[in-house]
Amino acid sequence: MEGLFFNVDSGYIEGIVRGYRNSLLTSQNYNNLTQCETLDDLKLQLAPSYGDVLNNVPSPLKTSTIATLATSKLHSEFLYLRSVATGTLRTFMDYLQHGYMIDNVALLITGTLHELDTSKLISRCHPLGLFEGLSVLCVATNVDELYNTILVETPLKTYFKGLTNKDLDELNIEIIRNTLYKNYLEHFAEFCRTAEGIAGSPCQEIMEQILNFEADRRAINITLNSFGTELSKDERKKLYPAMGKLYPVGTYQLGNAESNEAAIAGASTVSEYADFFKQATMMGQQKSLEDLFYKKEMEIMKEVFTQQFTYAVVYAWLKLKEQEIRNITWIAECIAQNQKDRIGNYISIF
Amino acid sequence: MSGAGNREAVFATRQSLGIMKAKLKGAEVGHSLLKRKSEALTKRFREITRRIDEAKRKMGRVMQIAAFSLAEVAYATGGAGNMNYEITQAVRSARFRLRTRQENVSGVLLPAFESYTTEGLGDFAMTGLGRGGQQVQKAREVYEKAVETLVELASLQTAFVILDDVIKVVNRRVNAIEHVIIPRTANTISYINSELDELDREEFYRLKKVQGKKQEESAALELEEKNRKTAMPEVRDVTVPHNAEEDDEKDLIF
Repeated sequence: MEGLFFNVDSGYIEGIVRGYRNSLLTSQNYNNLTQCETLDDLKLQLAPSYGDVLNNVPSPLKTSTIATLATSKLHSEFLYLRSVATGTLRTFMDYLQHGYMIDNVALLITGTLHELDTSKLISRCHPLGLFEGLSVLCVATNVDELYNTILVETPLKTYFKGLTNKDLDELNIEIIRNTLYKNYLEHFAEFCRTAEGIAGSPCQEIMEQILNFEADRRAINITLNSFGTELSKDERKKLYPAMGKLYPVGTYQLGNAESNEAAIAGASTVSEYADFFKQATMMGQQKSLEDLFYKKEMEIMKEVFTQQFTYAVVYAWLKLKEQEIRNITWIAECIAQNQKDRIGNYISIF
Repeated sequence: MSGAGNREAVFATRQSLGIMKAKLKGAEVGHSLLKRKSEALTKRFREITRRIDEAKRKMGRVMQIAAFSLAEVAYATGGAGNMNYEITQAVRSARFRLRTRQENVSGVLLPAFESYTTEGLGDFAMTGLGRGGQQVQKAREVYEKAVETLVELASLQTAFVILDDVIKVVNRRVNAIEHVIIPRTANTISYINSELDELDREEFYRLKKVQGKKQEESAALELEEKNRKTAMPEVRDVTVPHNAEEDDEKDLIF
C-alpha cells in the first residue's frame, strides 16, 4: 500500500538518488585509483565522477583540496535534493542535516572558548551543517545562554533536553556534543516511528536498523575512548542513546566497564559486535574496530537500495557518498605520502 | 730552511738561548696536549656524525609514519580538517617538554636536549569521543615519538656545529704550533747557537793571536838578551868572577 502514492511526492527524488548511487565509484574504479602514481593521475581517474569540480584546480593538487571539493559537490547535490523535497521527506532530510549541525556547534564553541575569529571558523564547518545564527554562537559563555539566545531558534533546540547549566570548557563541549547527538538519534528514531509516510512502512524498519546500529556504534566508541579520561562513569552512562541492540543490557554493562576487556564483554552481548571484536583483534594493525564498523555501516547502506519506496535511500546515499569521499582522501593521502602498502584499506561497496 | 729570515728578533746571548729553549719545550708540550685534545674531539665528532646519520634516517621513517597516522585520523573521523582544528584549540599547556643540560667533552661545553612528557593524558584526551578517538590517541603517540627523534637530532646537530668550530680552532692552533712556532723557535735557537759559536771562535782566534803576539814578544826579548850576552862576554869575564869549572869548560868550547 505504501508504494501506491509514494511516487506522487517523492518518486522524482528517489529516481535521482538512485542515479547518484549508480555514479558511485565501484571496485574497478578504486582499483584504477590505487594504481595512480601521482595526484594528477588520480584527478584524471576521478574525472567521470568529480571532473566538474576538480578540473579547474591548478596543478599542485593537495589532498585536502580534493576532500573539500568532493564535499562541496556532495553538498550541492544534497541541496538540490532538498530543494525539490516536500512533506515528510523534507523533514527527513532536515534530520539528516542536524547531525552535522551538532558538530559545527561544537566546533564553534571550542573556537569561541579560545577567542578566535568566527568567520574563519565558519569556513571550516561542514557545509551540510551550516544554519542561520551559527556565526553568533560565539557570544555564549554557558549552556543556558547558548540555548536561550541562539539555539532556541534553531532545529537543535529539542536536543538540549538533559543538559544542565554548566560553564563551557573542553570536557563539557565533548559532553554537550555527545548528549546532543544522543538526543538527536533518539528524536530521529521517534520521528521515523511516528511520521506520516514512514511509520509502518519498510522505511521505518530500515531506518530503525540504521539508527540502532549508529547508536550502538556510538556507545561502544564512547566507552572505548573514555578510558583514562576525566569522564566519570555516571556522565558516560548519560551519553549512551537509549536505543539500539545493546540497550539496555549491553549499555548497562558498557557503562560499568573499566577496561577494554569489560567493554568488549559488554558489547559482545550482541553477537555481531562480538564478531567485530574478534576480527579486530585477529587483524591487528590492519583493520581497526572503526574500519569494521564503517564496513558494516556501508553494507547496511547498500542493502537499503534493495527496497523501493523508502526515504532511507537518501540517508544511504549520503553515507555512501561520505564514505566514498573518505576513501578518495585516503587513497590520495597514500599516494601523496608514498605509503602504497596501506592503500588497500579503503572500503569499497559496489 | 727559511734560514735567517724566520726567526725571532733576539740578541744572540746565552740568556736568550735559555729563554728560547724554554719556549721550545713549552711549545712542544702544548702541541702534544692540543693534538690530544683535537684527537679526542675528532673522535667525538665522528661519533656524532654517525649518530646524526642514524637519527636522520630514523626521523625520515618516523615522520612518514606520523604524517600517515594523521591521514588515518582524518579517515576515521570523517575526513574533515576539523579534527586538526579542534585539537590545536584544545591544547593549553605543553605535554612534551625539554630539559637542557651541558656535556663536557675535553673542555668543550656541548648542550644536550632531553625530552620528557608531563604526567597524564594531556589536553585533548576527549577529542573524538564519539568516533575516531583511538586513532587520535595513536596519532598523538606516533607524533610524540617523532618529536623525540627531532629533539635528539637537534641536540646532535647543535653539538655537531659547536664541535666543528672548536675542532677547527684547535687544529689551527696545533698546526700553528707545529709549523710556525716550533720551527721558528728551533731556528732561533740554532741561530743563537751559531752566533755564539762564531763568538767563541772569534774569541779563540783572538786569544790565539794574543798568545802568538806574546810568544813573539817573548821570543824577541830572549833574542835581544842573547845578543846582549854575546856582545859583551869579556866585560862579563872581567867583571864577574866565575867559578873555576865553568870558566874552564867555556874556555874549552870557545
